[in-house]
Amino acid sequence: MNAKFRIWDLHCHLSGVPGLTPEERLGQLLRYADRVGIERLCVYMGMKWSQDPKPDDFRRQNDEVLRALSKHSNRAFGFVTLNPNHVPESLAELERCVADGPMVGMKLWVAKKCDGAEIDPLIARAAELKAVIFQHTWFKTTTNYPGESTPDDLVKLAKRFPEVPIICGHTGGTWELGIRAIRDQKNLFADLAGSDPTAGFTEMAVRELGAERVIYGSDCGGRSFASQLAKVHGAAISDAQRQQIFHGTLYNLMNPILKAKGIQA
Amino acid sequence: MNRRFFIQTSTAAATTPLLALNQPHSPELVDVNFATGKWPFRELPKLNSEALKQRGIMRAITGSLEALLTRDVAAVNARLVAVCKASGGVMLAAGTLHPRLPAWREDLRRCREEHGMKVIRLHPNYHGYQLDEPLFAEMLDAILEFGMAVQIVAQMEDQRTQHPLVQVAPVDLKPLHDLLQARPKARVMVLNTNATMITTALRGCVSLWIDCAMIEGVGGLENTLKIWPIEKLCLGTHAPFFYPESSLLKLVESDLSETQMTSMTAVNARAFLGT
Repeated sequence: MNAKFRIWDLHCHLSGVPGLTPEERLGQLLRYADRVGIERLCVYMGMKWSQDPKPDDFRRQNDEVLRALSKHSNRAFGFVTLNPNHVPESLAELERCVADGPMVGMKLWVAKKCDGAEIDPLIARAAELKAVIFQHTWFKTTTNYPGESTPDDLVKLAKRFPEVPIICGHTGGTWELGIRAIRDQKNLFADLAGSDPTAGFTEMAVRELGAERVIYGSDCGGRSFASQLAKVHGAAISDAQRQQIFHGTLYNLMNPILKAKGIQA
Repeated sequence: MNRRFFIQTSTAAATTPLLALNQPHSPELVDVNFATGKWPFRELPKLNSEALKQRGIMRAITGSLEALLTRDVAAVNARLVAVCKASGGVMLAAGTLHPRLPAWREDLRRCREEHGMKVIRLHPNYHGYQLDEPLFAEMLDAILEFGMAVQIVAQMEDQRTQHPLVQVAPVDLKPLHDLLQARPKARVMVLNTNATMITTALRGCVSLWIDCAMIEGVGGLENTLKIWPIEKLCLGTHAPFFYPESSLLKLVESDLSETQMTSMTAVNARAFLGT
C-alpha cells in the first residue's frame, strides 16, 4: 500500500469483531486495517470482558491476546490487562506477559479508580519494564461507572509518577474537559479513541497539548477505524502534526521497550 | 466507483490526503445529513460548497443547527434558504417544522410554496414531542400532502458528552413502524441512527431510509447491510458537527461492491428526494 502516513493504532480490542478464535478476530481486524492504511494495532482485553475481572478472568483475556499475537506478531502489539483490585495477581501477570512475554504495554480499565495509592505498585513495575501505560478515563455527563476514572483522577496518579509517561484513555470522552484536565501534567498523553468524531477534538488537543502529546487510536471493534481516523485526517492541522499523532507520539513512548525486547518495528 | 477511486477523490482532493493514489475521475456523492448554522456549544468548521465538492460531495441535504433551539423557525428557514442558494446548487435546504409552536402549518406552507423545499427535517427530542403523539401524525400527514420528504433526526450527539444543562435523550423511534405501515408511500428517513436502533426500534421498517453517520463498529456498513436493505442506506456525514471524513472513510473500510457504493452515495438519496 502506497500510504502517505505511517499509522499505528493505539487502541484495539478483540470484542465486537467476527471470528471464533482470537487469531481469527485479529486477522479480521487487520483486513479492515489494511483497507484504511493502518500498519500496526495495539491490542488488549479478551473476547469477553467484565468490569471487575477476577484474576482467572484477566489471565484468560491476556491468554487470548497472546494467542492472537502469536499469529500476527508482525502487525500487532499486546498490552496486558490488569485489575488494581488484585495487585499481587496483577503483578504476577505483568511478569508473565511483559517481563517474560511478548507484550509491551499495560491496560487498566474500570475496576478501580486510579487516584488511590493501591495502584502504585503496578505503575512502578510497569515503568521499570518500560511498558506503555494506558488508563481508561471518561467524564460522562450521565454517570461514570463506580470504578471508572476521570482525567482528574489520572492527574492525581500522574503527579505521583512525574517521570512516567501515562496515556489518558479516550481523553475523558468529553474531550473539551479531558484536554483541560491533563494539560499541565506533562507526563500525560491524549488518546483520541472511542468517542464520536466530533469536529474540533484534534485541533484543540494539538493547540493545548502539542501533537507530541496526542495519539491516534480507534477503540475497534466497537468503533470503526474510519470514524476515528477521521479525527486526524479531517482535522485542520499540518501533515507533520498528523504524522506525529498517527505514529510519532506512540512510537516515542514504545521505543524504549521495543529496544529492550529487541523488537524491530 | 471503486474503493481506490473513492479514496483518491474524496480525500486526496481535500485538505487531508489519506493515501497517495492517482486515479483521475470523480464520483458525485450525495450527503443526506449536512447542516449549517451555529452549534450552541462549540464553534464548528465552516464547510462551504467548495469544501464539500473537494470531498466529492456534489449535493448535500442541508438542515439548520439553529432549528434546535430557536423559536422563530420562519427566520431560521429563510436564513437556511439564503445559504443554500449561495451554494450554487450544492446545498438543498431541508426546512424545519416545530409542531409545538403556534401556527406551524404556516411554516410548512412557506417551506413548500415560498422556498420550494422538497424536504422537512424534524428534531422531535429537541422540540419536545414523541412520535406516538397524534400531533406528530397530523404534522406528518400535512407534510406528505405537500408531496415532501421527511427527515427525523434521532440524536445529535452522544448523551455522555452533552452539556449538563441541555441533556436530550434520543428519539424513541418505535412508533415509526405502525405510522409507516399506514402511509406506504411516505418518503421518510431517520438520520443518526445507530446499530441498536436499527436492530430494535426500526426492525421491520422496510420503507424507511437511514444514513450512516452514526453507524459504528469495525466494518460497520457491511455489517449493517446484512440486516438492512442496500436501497435504504444513504451516505450521511453529520458534518460539520462530525468530521465529514468519518462517513467517507466508512465507505473505504467496508467491503462494498460498486453497485452498493453507487446506491449508498447517490441513487438512494435521489429516490428519497423523488428525483
